[in-house]
Amino acid sequence: MDSDAPARAHVVLDDADIGRAVRRIAHEIVEKARGADSLVLLGIPTRGVALAERIARAVADIEGTDVPVGALDITLYRDDLRLRPARALEETTIPPAGIDERTVVLVDDVLFSGRSVRAALDALSDVGRPAAVRLAVLVDRGHRELPIRADYVGKNLPTSLAEDVRVELTEVDGVDRVSIWGEPR
Amino acid sequence: MRHLLSAADLSLDDALLVLDTATELATVTDRSVKKLPTLRGRTVVNLFFEDSTRTRISFEVAAKRLSADVINFAAKGSSVSKGESLKDTALTLEAMGADAVVVRHHASGAPHRLATAGWIGGSVVNAGDGTHEHPTQALLDAYTLRRHLRGGSGDLAGLRVAIVGDILHSRVARSNVLLLRTLGAEVTLVAPPTLMPFGVETWPCATGFDLDDALDGLDAVMMLRVQAERMHAAYFPSTAEYSRRYGIDARRLALMPEHAIVLHPGPMNRGMEISADVADSERAVMVEQVANGVSVRMAVLYLLLGGQKEGSP
Amino acid sequence: MSLVLRGVRPYGEEAVDLVVADGLIVEVAPAGTGDGRVLDADGLVALPGFVDLHTHLREPGREDAETVLSGSQAAALGGFTSVHAMANTDPVADTAGVVEQVWRLGQAAGLVDVRPVGAVTVGLGGERMAELGAMADCAAAVRVFSDDGKCVHDAVLMRRALEYVKAFDGVVAQHAQEPRLTEGAQMNEGALSGRLGLAGWPAVAEEAIIARDVLLAQHVGSRLQVGHVSTAGSVEVIRWAKGRGVDVTAEVTPHHLLLTEDLVASYDPVYKVNPPLRTAEDVAALRAALADGTIDAIATDHAPHPHEDKDCEWGAAAMGMLGLQTALGVAIETMVEPGLLSWRQLADRMSVTPARIGRVSTQGHDLVVGAVANITVIDPSARTVVEPTALASRSRNTPYAGRTLPGRVLHTLYAGTPTVLDGALA
Repeated sequence: MDSDAPARAHVVLDDADIGRAVRRIAHEIVEKARGADSLVLLGIPTRGVALAERIARAVADIEGTDVPVGALDITLYRDDLRLRPARALEETTIPPAGIDERTVVLVDDVLFSGRSVRAALDALSDVGRPAAVRLAVLVDRGHRELPIRADYVGKNLPTSLAEDVRVELTEVDGVDRVSIWGEPR
Repeated sequence: MRHLLSAADLSLDDALLVLDTATELATVTDRSVKKLPTLRGRTVVNLFFEDSTRTRISFEVAAKRLSADVINFAAKGSSVSKGESLKDTALTLEAMGADAVVVRHHASGAPHRLATAGWIGGSVVNAGDGTHEHPTQALLDAYTLRRHLRGGSGDLAGLRVAIVGDILHSRVARSNVLLLRTLGAEVTLVAPPTLMPFGVETWPCATGFDLDDALDGLDAVMMLRVQAERMHAAYFPSTAEYSRRYGIDARRLALMPEHAIVLHPGPMNRGMEISADVADSERAVMVEQVANGVSVRMAVLYLLLGGQKEGSP
Repeated sequence: MSLVLRGVRPYGEEAVDLVVADGLIVEVAPAGTGDGRVLDADGLVALPGFVDLHTHLREPGREDAETVLSGSQAAALGGFTSVHAMANTDPVADTAGVVEQVWRLGQAAGLVDVRPVGAVTVGLGGERMAELGAMADCAAAVRVFSDDGKCVHDAVLMRRALEYVKAFDGVVAQHAQEPRLTEGAQMNEGALSGRLGLAGWPAVAEEAIIARDVLLAQHVGSRLQVGHVSTAGSVEVIRWAKGRGVDVTAEVTPHHLLLTEDLVASYDPVYKVNPPLRTAEDVAALRAALADGTIDAIATDHAPHPHEDKDCEWGAAAMGMLGLQTALGVAIETMVEPGLLSWRQLADRMSVTPARIGRVSTQGHDLVVGAVANITVIDPSARTVVEPTALASRSRNTPYAGRTLPGRVLHTLYAGTPTVLDGALA
């Protein structure tokens, strides 16, 4: 991907930036939750799950407690299913202790229209009844289509609709990098 | 994929996609809210020209768990029994806006005809046609085999499976031979020669007439229902002889490796093709097959109806 | 007034003028010299009008599928000047009354010589012999008897029928199908039927009956006509019997010369027919047998069915295909163009021999002076796409829809009168 990357790709976060963002988000989560005891991190596949695991490790470094981490596939709750051919499902893993009466932090890589988060909230309500639901994202690129905002943001990236924000993570893509593609800025 | 008419329609990737999707969907069964919004506003018609309460209910539960509207259209007590043709029934369903028709029919090829004759625009799922095929049964059998013998993922490469009984009249056997082969399993058909289909030597499987010989080294044996009326058509001399030669009992169960399991598509003839002690043993997985049937049928309905309609922009 | 087929090539041979008057060929003149009303036939092939030994006209009883008139129109357009109307009507043609009715309807239509076939047994029931003598003696002068659609499977009854028709030089045309071996049969029995889950119609069910019947025919010294031969094994049995001097003749349908069972995989009932479509090996054997004379004739087994009986699932569909208007094209494609039959031999298989088998004295004459002017004029270079709705039959169940077939019937003369001119009914 490096070699044939078009010249118009523009790296906005490198691995060090991503590491700092993850640690800051972890600090903010712990601070706002006054500890880590009732937390559950649920990543939205694919990259949201990797991010959730990183945040959990960071929380463990800060607080010394292991936060349960799971995955929440939203495919079956999406509102754009009929715009594309049927797609394969990702894994959903709910930690054994469940989510009832806990503070669930949904973790995703990019916040854009807000529709994925809407689907995630629907999916969550079919799984249990959390005490509170928060949202953590690595990048908020704006252009919301629903009244949804993130509680924890790694980086706000003002973009145009013609641009494409691409998050790459070592666990999935072999490299840590956030880049903007499309129209030159 | 637009229709599911034959197990032969499924490539290895297709088959794995259905099984993997079913694995994810199976978790819904364990939740307090056993429902997904995925097919909200879609209409699934169960069009059954033959009695099969089990299969019909399985499809009904699957469709309802995905929030589809379900219409059950049974031949008995409807206009079909008054001589309305398959075509007119199909046109009626089309006018009602059926997105998918799940069809069980006594005529081989009826689902194929429904899908290709231009009578309806929706998807067609073959829920068993005559002595032809029953692809969702094969999928649930493969799913059950994979869960027990392959840890619930991947293909079935190298798995050794025998299918025993009335192969000639069995749509379950036809679909299973095709699908299990696609998934890499080695299938052996065991039956008296009278109940072997003509040309079975061209099928992608082995055949045998002796059950004891076939059992050695098997990972699973699938027993087919044998109807006693076949006896009157001279396929075999008596139920007792059939049971002695082709029924599974405790002695034969012991001839198989300890991990081997027993499947049966149901309904069973206890004492005919399967003895009561085998049917009730822990190695018989019939109850689980029923549960898996719902997950597999959810997967099929999701993959056929969950996305963009094929051919639309 | 005389009619001149100008520049026509009888049997595809040298161009001449065929001069027709008073229903007869009165002169074979050098091209361009014949005198009378001229029908330009320059370069076209003339053959004696075709005689079909096996046609279902459906009247009386199923006039929604075909009538004697619509079937006669289809026959004329297909180049036929005589058809044998099968007996499985409703009521069954098992009495002098019914066969005379069919015969009179044919006379009224006036397009082809409609020769009714009489049922061998009452109601095609296979139990009691019908009044064969009465049918032979009536105005219809029936010579061919058949329970077609059903096999005369009782060996004693078959023997008696073979013997009985000798009194009036009749022939029994057998529908060779062992009933018990073909209960519920839906297609040729083979690997494909096993895969499609359709009940098989094994070749042996045809071959066993033919074997029995040729032995019976030899034993009682009768002649036997075998309907719609469909398997390589049947060809072997017939070849063996002819070698032993048995007076057996046999027919093959156009569809068994062209189509194979693979078409059934579509589950489209337009391919459902009895006997069923067989394998490519059978097709090759049938073509070879027709070429070497083991099989004597092409007969259409034209079997019209209303749309609703085909627009349904395979199992519920009726068996049969249209054939009259496509027979020539299929024969050219399968026999003439590959060089298996000359035009003269084709005339033998489609006209001369079937007329002889059916004892139709006014048909199947060679194109010579004095012959009854039953003439089919063909453009051999034409190619026609089969369009079901353009067929004259009341039914649409042709298996060749959309298919391009060679050859085209341009003119048909029935007893000297044009029934078809320039490819349309005259």
